[in-house]
Amino acid sequence: MVTPREAAAAVVDPEIRAVTIEELGVLRDVAVDGASGRVTVTITPTYSGCPAMEVIRADIRRALRAAGHPEVEVVTELAPAWSTDMITESGRAKLAAAGIAPPGPAGRGGPVTLSLSVRCPRCGSPDTEQVSRFGSTACKALWRCRACADPFDHIKAL
Amino acid sequence: MTTVDELLALGDDALIAAQRLGEWCSRAPEMEEDIALTNIALDQLGAARLLLTYAGELGGAGQTEDDLAYLRDDREFRNCLLVELPDTDFAVTIGKLLFLSAHQRLRYEALAGGADEQLAGIAAKAVKESAYHLDHSSLWTVRLGDGTEESRRRMQSAVDGLWPYTHELFEGGDHRDAWLSIVEPVLAEATLDRPADGWAPTGGRVGRHTEHLSYLLAEMQVLHRAHPGARW
Repeated sequence: MVTPREAAAAVVDPEIRAVTIEELGVLRDVAVDGASGRVTVTITPTYSGCPAMEVIRADIRRALRAAGHPEVEVVTELAPAWSTDMITESGRAKLAAAGIAPPGPAGRGGPVTLSLSVRCPRCGSPDTEQVSRFGSTACKALWRCRACADPFDHIKAL
Repeated sequence: MTTVDELLALGDDALIAAQRLGEWCSRAPEMEEDIALTNIALDQLGAARLLLTYAGELGGAGQTEDDLAYLRDDREFRNCLLVELPDTDFAVTIGKLLFLSAHQRLRYEALAGGADEQLAGIAAKAVKESAYHLDHSSLWTVRLGDGTEESRRRMQSAVDGLWPYTHELFEGGDHRDAWLSIVEPVLAEATLDRPADGWAPTGGRVGRHTEHLSYLLAEMQVLHRAHPGARW
């Protein structure tokens, strides 16, 4: 028997399919009303305009229905604002394994653009450079490794 | 106490800025910048949706974010004139983004610590994004200003043309000194002249706009008005 928490936590991020919404820090809470069986799932967006939120809501409902919970409400909570520091250790490891450089620690009051800390997720070399400050999704920037010459995505510290 | 007009001013600034930035989609000078400008547009749109949703709740008339975005006429919009001005040159886009994001960062920073918890939540999220927009537009301002003779001429012309419209950002606020302390060093590093203060066009916050807003709204609203109630 899959619990509501387990079902919601297993939902994969639609844009970065290597990690779950729990590992990404998007899943905040799963509460079950004992009397009605109604499940309330609380999520938070990575960026204000993240277009994946609609898909995530639909995927959560589908996953919970499949686990035997037809009554589902998905609520969005903004505070505290999502930070890349909320990505779990296993999430970071999976990102790196998928060729996406995980973020360094988030700075206070804004993103840190320290280029020294980004290691190539393929060969591990620290000799990398930023190609574009914006990437294929709102949360990523495009980087390139000078050692192995491969381009790679990097989750911007936020 | 947060007012509907205050939320509309913030939300409409973000919405109209998003629409203008989106016009660059597939037309930016290079592919990376195309992705950058549309990413920034997405951030602005995200903040606009949250702010307009809240404005609709506070207004008490049951208006949704879509009602406010698609069914108001130009006179009902509360955005500053700066954001509705046409992006006639890439340098103009960068100048507008520099001036706007410096303003937004300061406003969101103040609101994030404010008494209105719902607005504070929206602002705390948006302030991180504004900081990145400011960083991006600052880098481009320096690159163009301290670039070739032609890029400097166009960046200076953009800054000169936009400067009068920045005064409106500080109506009802006291953050002009803080704004100048962000913007002036960027202009200096870009070897650009800081324009003198003079003409200060106004009216956006009470619904008196330039003709450019009407054309922008016509394009932004046409689908929704042709198919009332249309949803994705």
